[in-house]
Amino acid sequence: MCGIISVVDRSGAVMDGARIKDALAMMNERGSGEGAGYAVYGAYPEYADCYALHVFFDNIIETKSSLDTLLETWGEIVHEEEIPTYEQPHLKKVHTPWRYFFRPDPSLMTGTPSPEEDIVTYLVMKVNTAVPGALIYSSGKNIGVFKAAGWPEEVADFYRIQDYEGYIWLAHNRYPTNTRGWWGGAHPFNLLDWSVIHNGEITSYGTNRRYIESFGYKCTMFTDTEVVAYLVDLLARRHGLDKTLAVRALAPPFWDEIDRMPPREEHLYRALRLTYGPAMMNGPFAIVVANRDGIVGFTDRIKLRPLVAAEEGDRLYISSEEAAIRRMAPDLDRVWMPGAGEPVIGRVR
Amino acid sequence: MVLGSVPLKYKVTIDRARCMECGRCVENCPYGTFRWEGDQITVHSRNCTACHRCIAMCPRDAISLEERPVDYRSHPLWTAEAREAIFNQARTGRVILAGMGNAQPLPSIFDRLLLDACQVTNPSIDPLREPMELRTYIGKKPRKLEFSRTEAGDVELETTLAPNLMLETPIMIGHMSYGAISLNAQLALARAVHQTGTFMGTGEGGMHPDLYPYQDRLIVQVASGRFGVGIDYLERGAAVEIKIGQGAKPGIGGHLPGEKVCADVSCTRMIPLGSDAISPAPHHDIYSIEDLAQLVHSLKEATEWKKPVFVKIAAVHNAAAIAAGIARSGADAVVVDGFRGGTGAAPKVFRDHVGIPIEAAVSAVDAKLRDQGVRNEISVIASGGIRNAADVTKAIALGADAIYIGTAALVAMGCRVCGNCYRGLCPWGIATQRPDLVARLDPEKEAVHVANLIKAWTMEVSELMGAAGINAIESLRGNRDRLRGYMLDEGMLEVLDVMPAGA
Repeated sequence: MCGIISVVDRSGAVMDGARIKDALAMMNERGSGEGAGYAVYGAYPEYADCYALHVFFDNIIETKSSLDTLLETWGEIVHEEEIPTYEQPHLKKVHTPWRYFFRPDPSLMTGTPSPEEDIVTYLVMKVNTAVPGALIYSSGKNIGVFKAAGWPEEVADFYRIQDYEGYIWLAHNRYPTNTRGWWGGAHPFNLLDWSVIHNGEITSYGTNRRYIESFGYKCTMFTDTEVVAYLVDLLARRHGLDKTLAVRALAPPFWDEIDRMPPREEHLYRALRLTYGPAMMNGPFAIVVANRDGIVGFTDRIKLRPLVAAEEGDRLYISSEEAAIRRMAPDLDRVWMPGAGEPVIGRVR
Repeated sequence: MVLGSVPLKYKVTIDRARCMECGRCVENCPYGTFRWEGDQITVHSRNCTACHRCIAMCPRDAISLEERPVDYRSHPLWTAEAREAIFNQARTGRVILAGMGNAQPLPSIFDRLLLDACQVTNPSIDPLREPMELRTYIGKKPRKLEFSRTEAGDVELETTLAPNLMLETPIMIGHMSYGAISLNAQLALARAVHQTGTFMGTGEGGMHPDLYPYQDRLIVQVASGRFGVGIDYLERGAAVEIKIGQGAKPGIGGHLPGEKVCADVSCTRMIPLGSDAISPAPHHDIYSIEDLAQLVHSLKEATEWKKPVFVKIAAVHNAAAIAAGIARSGADAVVVDGFRGGTGAAPKVFRDHVGIPIEAAVSAVDAKLRDQGVRNEISVIASGGIRNAADVTKAIALGADAIYIGTAALVAMGCRVCGNCYRGLCPWGIATQRPDLVARLDPEKEAVHVANLIKAWTMEVSELMGAAGINAIESLRGNRDRLRGYMLDEGMLEVLDVMPAGA
């Protein structure tokens, strides 16, 4: 199950988190109260040039100092603080959420065109695999992920999500099956600029994970969703595919369709499937992936999970359910059901 | 030692009440098990190989066969085979020759791997109602694609793709040469791959002109003996395969007994009539990996870079590292042949004792290529003892792109796995060149049987994929998460990178 909803304001105007909380709670039927989360783009305008690292600490006495040292080795901590939280009757605070505004030192990573991003990626992989008691779950510039184990309203109130503003929001209501309802397992998943919310199960996970790990990524969160973030990072950032092509690599057309395409397109899609076959995602899923430029939603190739899109002025909505969208925007200009594997893209102008 | 002091391996009896003395058994047995004596058929069980030809041909079901009717004193170590091999060698002083694959009673790893299926949280996909894609491309793939934008803003692909073979099913037929098997057998296989959209290997015996109509589905082999190799041969093939070794006899060359070198075989192979065709253990121009790279390049040059070049190795202990070397040689695919791979003739000591199981080898090769970040750039073909659609599915889940079958295709044409291929008397017209025996195999009919087998397995693989919620074979490949080990030890689970059942 799981319920997802995402909105982008293509003019870049910001929205606060109050309404997406209500929209997400509309889909409580799709959740189990064991995980919910929100991602907001534009969360930290005052530190917009720093990487906002959100960390779950098991305890801040021992593990925090080792992370501080690691970060200071690789750059400068511009600002840090505990993420403000507000006690909720049914939500047990098992971790301490912390945020660092971090500026990596690009001179420390050689042989790459993107040293800052590579340092942050390295730190995320290293901390999540080798530093027990610390988990970096959000690492983008001007982006914040807020998640915990609980119902959407509780998690929203725990972080006072209405106090944050952004031009892109992603939200997820979780019904866990493969892994327990732990904080790290809640969505959205984030790496650098990329965030993912996902409803479904990726039956090709074993293939995808081994493929992405051969490019130096490490899957650390015991869930199939994080692999999506890494695949998108590989395809869109490292290999430079545009969003449509990246989605088409992840959920490609069937060979029968490719065979019928005009020659140039046929050639392109054949090459895409041959090259990125191991990145293809199989199984039932509906996914929204975001970066600072916008959002893209798509489903598996036979649409085994629901996905609906809608527009109202500059805002594009993508969700599991129309009812959730209407909770945010009752008067929509247009509502439609995207076809299987067909990307819905909302770009910020 | 008195001849005949060894107990009978098989005992054949005729139910005289049912026998109508039609003589079909006499005509059909090339080993001389049945003989007319006056107006009675007598049985000479010592000649029997359990090929079942007589049983299959008897119109009255009058023949029965018993294995080891008089056995030795049982002993777990000194088995009948162990004792008989010693008798045999004490008598002859020679290497024992054997046919088919490894005959040791070792457990099969495939049988201890279990496949996954979907329940509730993810729906299974019904191949009768939804598309299911088994199409497989064998050949080099780019690591990444390069694009440019036209002035109109369209995406333009800059990367040029290397030639790939397009298979409609991941099941191919491996290399069985003309010489080892009959022309009729090869024709039947060639027709079957043509019908099912897949490919077969010519083996190291050259290409007979009768196979030319099917050449676009044939992978031509270049082995250490270079039998039948010429520019015409290379140009006819859809791909070229360099054979370094084979699973049934790693470390040694091919062996075609002179009995099977008839006039036609001698012409196709370019060797003298009736001579043993023993190809050398190594290629005499390959003494290191860089020499292999040179041969790969020479073959690509010769065929104008239009054909994929495969390299086949036997699954030996260090197969993974060797495959990584092959991946760097410019080869488009590596074929790994496990220790259960069949053969027309091999020294028994090699067939039964050298090499490792394909399940372990393909897992190690896939993992090593991944480690080095080149897995998707080269195809991996697994072979050696694949018996059914489950084996195919498991081999792919362990990391193979496609598989070769050999014995299974022969069984589809009548072979009973009697293991006497090296004697050239195959009563089914498969592993023989004797014209009267070859004529028993009707290429038209047997092509249908082999094609049926490939179709049936393909259907079963798609059913298994659908049950696992997968609708494209790319998502099965190397997806070891969808396998569980049952009664496999921890070390083996680690090699296979598979979790135990229940985990």
